[in-house]
Amino acid sequence: MTDPLVEMKDVTVRFHGTRTVHAVNGVNLTLMPGETLSILGESGSGKSVTLKTLLRLLPENRTEIGGEVRVAGADVLSLDGRALANHRGGVVSMIFQDPMLALDPVYTIGDQIAEAVMRHEGISRQAGLARALDMLTRVRIPSPERRMKAYPHEMSGGMRQRAMIALALSCRPKLLLADEPTTALDATVQIQILLLLRELQREFGMAMIFVTHDIGVAVEVSDRIAVMYAGEFVETGTVRQIIREPRHPYTKGLLAANLHGAVKGERLDAIPGAPPALETKPTACSFAPRCLVRQDRCETARPPVVNFDPGRMVRCIHAVEPAMA
Amino acid sequence: MNPAFATASDPVPRPPLLSVNGLRKHFPLKGGLFGRTTGVVRAVDGVSFDVAEGETLGIVGESGCGKSTTARLLVDLITPDDGQILLESRRLGVDLDVRELRRHVQMVFQDSYASLNPRLTMEDAIAFGPRVNGMPAAQATALAHELLAKVGLEPRRFAGRYPHELSGGQRQRVNIARALAFSPKVVILDEAVSALDKSVEAQVLNLLADLKKELGLTYIFISHDLNVVRYISDRVMVMYLGEVAEIGPVETLYANPTHPYTRALLAAMPSMDPDRRTQEAPLSGDPPNPINPPSGCRFHPRCAKAESVCSAGSPGLFKLPSDRHLVACHAAIPGSGHSLAGVTA
Repeated sequence: MTDPLVEMKDVTVRFHGTRTVHAVNGVNLTLMPGETLSILGESGSGKSVTLKTLLRLLPENRTEIGGEVRVAGADVLSLDGRALANHRGGVVSMIFQDPMLALDPVYTIGDQIAEAVMRHEGISRQAGLARALDMLTRVRIPSPERRMKAYPHEMSGGMRQRAMIALALSCRPKLLLADEPTTALDATVQIQILLLLRELQREFGMAMIFVTHDIGVAVEVSDRIAVMYAGEFVETGTVRQIIREPRHPYTKGLLAANLHGAVKGERLDAIPGAPPALETKPTACSFAPRCLVRQDRCETARPPVVNFDPGRMVRCIHAVEPAMA
Repeated sequence: MNPAFATASDPVPRPPLLSVNGLRKHFPLKGGLFGRTTGVVRAVDGVSFDVAEGETLGIVGESGCGKSTTARLLVDLITPDDGQILLESRRLGVDLDVRELRRHVQMVFQDSYASLNPRLTMEDAIAFGPRVNGMPAAQATALAHELLAKVGLEPRRFAGRYPHELSGGQRQRVNIARALAFSPKVVILDEAVSALDKSVEAQVLNLLADLKKELGLTYIFISHDLNVVRYISDRVMVMYLGEVAEIGPVETLYANPTHPYTRALLAAMPSMDPDRRTQEAPLSGDPPNPINPPSGCRFHPRCAKAESVCSAGSPGLFKLPSDRHLVACHAAIPGSGHSLAGVTA
């Protein structure tokens, strides 16, 4: 059996500052090479923080990371200096919602990609530029030769997104992290980018962790889904399991709120309330205050973590005995 | 403006509550050494539609299609270059002034934080409008409390709070309460739920449905989320590059989209079925720039069914035989010269 590419064990992330925020509270995750996982959650659920932990992108002096993070055999939390720089972009790469923040406005697209490859692979500038052109072709940017010399502001939104993907994949990373890369795009462009990512992921044989708040997007790109709430995975499973047999009340609520198949004029099964502020470490079920099937024990103790088979987990007392809705 | 857009055959005998005719707004682009006009953004280019009392009209389209400009034109936040806006058959600028129009047509924006004055408490923010329109302060405050309760925010807890002390969903509820302070007939919701988290969005959609029923409101609901638009709207208008591509009852439009662009938009929605994932993107490339829109039918450079007639002339809205369904596509207009259209009208 092959070794997992990513292993996160009981990862916690705490931010210190004027107030303490318990952003991630015990995330366990195993990802095999070539696999795609979507982390689904609302703003503040800790999904982006989980992603950034894998690249150590969080501000060092204010962040306290606990647990264990291993990517391709390396202990990510103890990397530093040159090893960390090689890890970022070489082994693990990331794409963001806003490509204007990821691309350097004063360098042409071709130069930026070539520079990254030269740094990581120690090849000549000429070979770097050749790789850049190859990448721009693979992400289907029209007339790539011309776009090599373009600056980011000269491109349209969808094209910039493609350029950022080309940059992220230029060093053949084993893992691509995608933080809501299609959220700001128009519908007809979003689907193009999703299909492109799916195709490149297959072509390069890389694994991908895709963070999104849109269930439909997760279904389009991933093999598995992890639903995140208040810094924890509350349910994980294959896309089919999550869509067809959701077990956690929060997952069910999210599916209803997607409005896919909602009947006009009927009231929506909205989840009441708002997510917790996470100023203290959770001692009970974080979802209990909003849950329609909560019981007294939900508010006094942490819910059990029920593992069905590898990769299928539900963190709820109702996981085994289905709740009466 | 458009003879095909006849409301005479509508089953509703009353005139529409709000009627828009040939609305047009071009923004000049200034540039160069002396600030000369170097181009024109055709943001809204000849848009006509009616909204009946009590209905919800959804407006969908991608960025730059003119849906937000249309909303701003409707409340005269931007002055149109051309076209008429009629509220209950009274025409803006003739027998209807802007103040009165805005009392009857209120708006809620996407950014709940930017819409509120950071230095006003919630009760002051809601009471502000009525007070400057002559309502005594005590009465305006009482009204603000009543409205807060109506949108599900307990007045005792929320009246004295400032915008930064509220969550996004709560702020949007305040914005809705403020829009209701004048007992408007029409509320324009411009991406009003788009910035909210899904679970909060569902709460606000329920609130909007309740308020509509209780107060007999008419909504114009602008969104890029086709699931939400399908859920909330009675009729849907699809815009592309400043023009109306298709407009019709929500079920007809979703079940039987006629304009190729409407079809592409619907096909671009994520499938939600892991066994039937999308295999091919319906359109390639980005939506074009409204600065120099293509000739003829503006969609023709991206349309798989485009023929020479499509680049030659604009199709204009054509009324299909089915109920209140209009489409601007040569392929659907008999006698247009398109090979897919019938020969005679």
